[in-house]
Amino acid sequence: MLKKRIIPTLLYNNNILVKGKNFKSDRSVGSVIESIKIYNHREVDELVFFDLVASRSQSQPDYGLILELSKECFVPFAVGGGINKLETIEKLLKNGADKVVINSEGVINPKFLQSSSKEFGSQCIVLSLDYSKKKNYGLIVNSGTKKTNKNIFDFLNSIKDINYGELIVCSVDKDGCLNGYDFETLKKLRKLINVPLICSGGCSGYKDMLTAFNECKVDAVAAGSIFHFSHMTPRQAKIYLKSKGINVRI
Amino acid sequence: MSEFENKKICLLDFKTGNTGSVSNLLEKLNIKYCVSNKNHEIESSSHLILPGVGSFEKAINNLKNEIDIDLIEKQVFDHKKPILGICVGMQIMAENGNEFGNHKGLGWIEGKVDIIDSKRLSLPHVGWNTVEIKKKNKVFNNFDKNYDFYFANRYCMYLKNKIDILATSNYGSDFPSIINKNNIYGFQFHPEKSQRAGKMLLKNFFDLN
Repeated sequence: MLKKRIIPTLLYNNNILVKGKNFKSDRSVGSVIESIKIYNHREVDELVFFDLVASRSQSQPDYGLILELSKECFVPFAVGGGINKLETIEKLLKNGADKVVINSEGVINPKFLQSSSKEFGSQCIVLSLDYSKKKNYGLIVNSGTKKTNKNIFDFLNSIKDINYGELIVCSVDKDGCLNGYDFETLKKLRKLINVPLICSGGCSGYKDMLTAFNECKVDAVAAGSIFHFSHMTPRQAKIYLKSKGINVRI
Repeated sequence: MSEFENKKICLLDFKTGNTGSVSNLLEKLNIKYCVSNKNHEIESSSHLILPGVGSFEKAINNLKNEIDIDLIEKQVFDHKKPILGICVGMQIMAENGNEFGNHKGLGWIEGKVDIIDSKRLSLPHVGWNTVEIKKKNKVFNNFDKNYDFYFANRYCMYLKNKIDILATSNYGSDFPSIINKNNIYGFQFHPEKSQRAGKMLLKNFFDLN
């Protein structure tokens, strides 16, 4: 049986790992290579690495860094930030990424998702959508710096015929606030899409993960702050979830 | 000195695979390997790996463009070198595939590649799933239970001959997750991303003669 996944997210900003709050005020949380070594050692299910600089400036990712990190990562490694060309995806996969996370370009030009899936297979194309419930569910791109006039529900309806592998959604209003995922929106999104759904933004602890799995039927939960700023770990999360009947890999 | 001194894996480079991830693991296992599409490298290797991410069509077309298929078939069928296809690298060994239209595969394994019958479970099938061993084989040396492996696939291989199935996994319905015919092996999951269990399996593949 397919297991439910717990995915730590690593945000990278100029040589350091950071964790923001509402996508602002990045706080340093240490060295990226050390974090990856630790997560790998602890046998996490998967890691998401997001390069904020590349995303905000839509510049090329640091391929040398990705290669270095991937050498320490023997779990699935998804890489995002600044991906807007097929060539970029090819280079990332060559440098040890297993999947790519596409945010801004996927929103602005959904055809890019289709061509990426056709070229590399939809299973390695992860669409990432950041939205603000306060702003009428509007999608925000370039790592929270640029508003769009698209609403997350209308947008997902409009790309129903486009292939991609997974959807990771993040509530900008909740991000880093440690007060729970946006469960209400997740339930609506679950009904709308039939690709694996990963929730992100706002996780305050293991109970939020349980709610997301049980009530919102997500396939995976992503979290940053709780793993960086507290004693909570992915393994403890899984022990808790297993005791509550969630099928996780321990 | 490595225990595999006369052996070498050629990780076939046909611009579709995630050669980076697979080579990272081979390095960690201290296995001698090269990443290449050159005939002399292929001929001088004892084992071959067809890595895979990508669509069926892209993978088979790139393979034909980048690699001398006749030479590979000579290695596999005349010299009986163990060859391992990973994910789409396994799928293209089938007779044909139905991803983005119908395409002819290598035809080494009798069967076709089609979408997983997931019974409305979300697709693609992504994450850790159990690989249930159905048949004894040397690649399962030291396996004391059915382990979880990492999958990322929307399509799977449906085989004509059930005897070619070594292990299955379930996602709505059962599908083959490890196949084997003589010296040809295929893993539908990614051993390079499956931590200890993946290492064990790759090491066992390299131990095959």
